[in-house]
Amino acid sequence: MSATELYDRLPDRGGPAQPLLTVRGLKKYFPIRGGILGRTRAMVQAVDGVSFEVRKGETLGIVGESGCGKSTTARLAVGLIDRDEGDIIFDGDALGDTLSLRELRRGIQMVFQDSYASLNPRLTIEESVAFGARVQGLSDPMGRAHGLLARVGLDPARFAQRYPHELSGGQRQRVNIARALAMSPRLVVLDEAVSALDKSVEAQVLNLLSDLRAEFGLTYIFISHDLNVVRYISDRVLVMYLGEVVEVAPVAAIWARQAHPYTRSLFSAMPSMDPDNRTEEPPLTGDPPNPIDPPEGCRFHTRCPFAATLCGRKAPQLRKIGADGHLAACHLHDPTSGHPKAGKIA
Amino acid sequence: MTLTEPLTSAPAPEARKGYWAGVAGRLARDPVSMLCLAVVAALILAAIFAPWLGLADPYKGSMIARLKPIGTPGHILGTDEQGRDMLARLIHGGRLTLFIGLMPVVFAFFIGSILGVVAGYVGGRLNTLIMRVVDVFFAFPSVLLAIAISGALGAGIVNSLVSLTIVFVPPITRVAEAVTSGVRSLDYIDAARATGASALTVIRVHVIGNVLSPIFVYATSLTSVCMILAAGLSFLGIGVRPPEPEWGLMLNTLRSAIYVDPWLSALPGVMIFVTSLCLNLLSDGVRSAMNVRD
Repeated sequence: MSATELYDRLPDRGGPAQPLLTVRGLKKYFPIRGGILGRTRAMVQAVDGVSFEVRKGETLGIVGESGCGKSTTARLAVGLIDRDEGDIIFDGDALGDTLSLRELRRGIQMVFQDSYASLNPRLTIEESVAFGARVQGLSDPMGRAHGLLARVGLDPARFAQRYPHELSGGQRQRVNIARALAMSPRLVVLDEAVSALDKSVEAQVLNLLSDLRAEFGLTYIFISHDLNVVRYISDRVLVMYLGEVVEVAPVAAIWARQAHPYTRSLFSAMPSMDPDNRTEEPPLTGDPPNPIDPPEGCRFHTRCPFAATLCGRKAPQLRKIGADGHLAACHLHDPTSGHPKAGKIA
Repeated sequence: MTLTEPLTSAPAPEARKGYWAGVAGRLARDPVSMLCLAVVAALILAAIFAPWLGLADPYKGSMIARLKPIGTPGHILGTDEQGRDMLARLIHGGRLTLFIGLMPVVFAFFIGSILGVVAGYVGGRLNTLIMRVVDVFFAFPSVLLAIAISGALGAGIVNSLVSLTIVFVPPITRVAEAVTSGVRSLDYIDAARATGASALTVIRVHVIGNVLSPIFVYATSLTSVCMILAAGLSFLGIGVRPPEPEWGLMLNTLRSAIYVDPWLSALPGVMIFVTSLCLNLLSDGVRSAMNVRD
């Protein structure tokens, strides 16, 4: 099977300028129930007003500490959990309007972190890979599965009949990638897809992902907590903190200048490669605030070294701070915000 | 290393055989389980082929040959209070006892699995509805529940089957629900849902195979309880009616002979004890044989 037969992708609709995925004002609050009647006691504000775009053919990296809503955002975008508010627009078609959930799922697929939990232990890997194509009624699901297994580096003659527990972590993650590709998606969400792998295997899988992106014309959302990996694979980076987007920028721009104080502390938490230049002190102290009851105003102000009275009262909006599409949500970068140090810190 | 090159060596030979072959292999290496399996198989086969074993008529009594002790020539296990041959009655009794001991669990296994899997997979309000109804049944001890339902429906084999099935649906539903919600939260279910497959397809392909074996093992552990309950119902006179041979009923009718010949009147109890013990040990064996994975 050739690459074109292997992959019957949905046609491009809006042209190259239209973002493949646009997310606007996405909100998801998880209720915490308690008591005899199961009344809602509180809401975890997991994702609160997240907006971003993914351009065709690019890789958007999403970074942030644990619990900041990265994975929830991913699951919302794929339609695995229902959103409370917000728009999901896939190549010009809004979900729930001109696009059904089933059509969205044909266009977006996901690769999960835990390579073992994401494969059914009772199915052979060829059945796991062929399942989606079969559900969607694509032609020759099994031939497609074998072709894709070969493409991700697993010889079908040797591996197709095996069960997940007979494979190594790296091999299983290759199967998961093949399974996602079997749906011929245009966008693949990689949720910490390489985080659980050994460094050497991780590098192989990253290279495989790069090759596949070029070959099949894919677009990726790459979620990770490993900034070096994000830098390697991504074109743009989105930084999340406590359910909100704090900064979006091209990789080169954000590595040159981290505009938001949170991004800065996140980057300074990266271990240095130079032993003479060790990080001696923790860049941030304390835990992130409880998402059940997030701070008023800017959610980062409780831990921010530049916080002023204003920050506790008014939430900053995401605004353009550079010519290269660099966005940040911080009063420091808004000269009109009234923050005493506004515009004075680079 | 290039990407097209296979990355690791061939798997261990045992892993190739598939899951159930591995379970059977491990079970075969456990002497206790195999002994119990042999006893249960012998009892079931004897019960099935009872009419062709050349035994005495289990219904034909004799006024002069009442309560003969164990070892009497012609009646190896003696005779009961109406002079009927005990060996014939015990083996024929196995038919009814095993039938009303096993069938309710089989029915409850299907009903409880469906309810539990649906409750566990769908979640939300449907889960609350099903599980709270099930909880109502848990308010009563199983013996009391079986007696109450049987008492209300009246004596008879069919009514015993119905009441015992109702008794065993709640625990199986609860186990099925717990196992299913565990599987439901795994990523492969999300991955399957992300393909756009319907809930029914996801349950059929991805859920059933992974929840059925723990539910099945739990259900086998209930068979011994069910047998004892069925015998108990007959003992109380709300199960099988005389003169049918049934171990619980025999225990009841021989009760008055306990001062005359205690060994003889204990025989049906011994049968119940041996059968339920073997079923219990066997289900434990299957459970541990199934636990060894990877």
